[in-house]
Amino acid sequence: MKIGVLVNEGPYTHEASDSAYNFTKAALEKGHEIYRVFFYHDGVNNATRLTEPPRDDRNIVNRWSELGKQHNLDLVVCIAAAQRRGVMDENEAKRQGKDAHNLAEGFRISGLGQLVEAGIQSDRLVTFGD
Amino acid sequence: MLHIVNKSPYERNALDSCLRIATNGSAVLLIEDGVYAAVKGGSFEGKVQAALPGLKIYALGPDLSARGMADRVLDGVNVVDYGGFVDLVAEHSNCQSWL
Repeated sequence: MKIGVLVNEGPYTHEASDSAYNFTKAALEKGHEIYRVFFYHDGVNNATRLTEPPRDDRNIVNRWSELGKQHNLDLVVCIAAAQRRGVMDENEAKRQGKDAHNLAEGFRISGLGQLVEAGIQSDRLVTFGD
Repeated sequence: MLHIVNKSPYERNALDSCLRIATNGSAVLLIEDGVYAAVKGGSFEGKVQAALPGLKIYALGPDLSARGMADRVLDGVNVVDYGGFVDLVAEHSNCQSWL
C-alpha cells in the first residue's frame, strides 16, 4: 500500500516527529511503500543539518536522513514554511543572498503541491503534529 | 475510519470532539499523550468505557510504556505496537488525526 506521511511539528518538541519516524519505519518493515514524507509548518525544522543534540539523545534529523538513504525516501520540505524558519538549500541560499545553507542530506525543498500530490497518489495520508 | 488522537484529554478536548463525532464501528487510536485517556482510575475512564461498545479503541504500547502505564490499561482497550499502528492505517479506508 502507498502511504504518505505529513509532519507538522518540529523535532524535540512533543513527540510527533518521533511518532512519524517510528510509523514510517514500521510501514517500510511491513513492506508498504512510503510515497512521500512532507514536512510542513514547524516540521521543516526536522531538516536542518546544524542540529547537534547531546550525545546520549537521538539525532532526529540524521535519523530521517539515514532512513531516507536506506529506502530512497522522498523527504520534501515546504519551501514557504522553510524560508520563514531559515531552512534552505544551497540554491535557495544563493537566490536569497544568504551566507549559508543548512538543508540536511536526503531532503529536498519544494512546494505545497507536493503535499496535494501525496494526498492524491497515496492510498493513505497520515498526519503527525501538534 | 481510523481516528488518531495524540493529545491528553486533560490538556485538550481533541478526544472529546473525536468521541462525539466518530460513528459506530470506527476505530480510535490513542498515541503520544493521548494514551493518558486509556488508563485505569483516570477521570476520563467513564467516557472511554461509555464509548467502547460502539467504537474500537486502541492505544500505542510504546507510548504507554514510555509513561509507565503499560500495566494500567483499561479493559477493552487494545494495545498495539507501531506495526499494529500501520495495520490499523491499512485496514481502514481513511484516517483522521485530531491535532
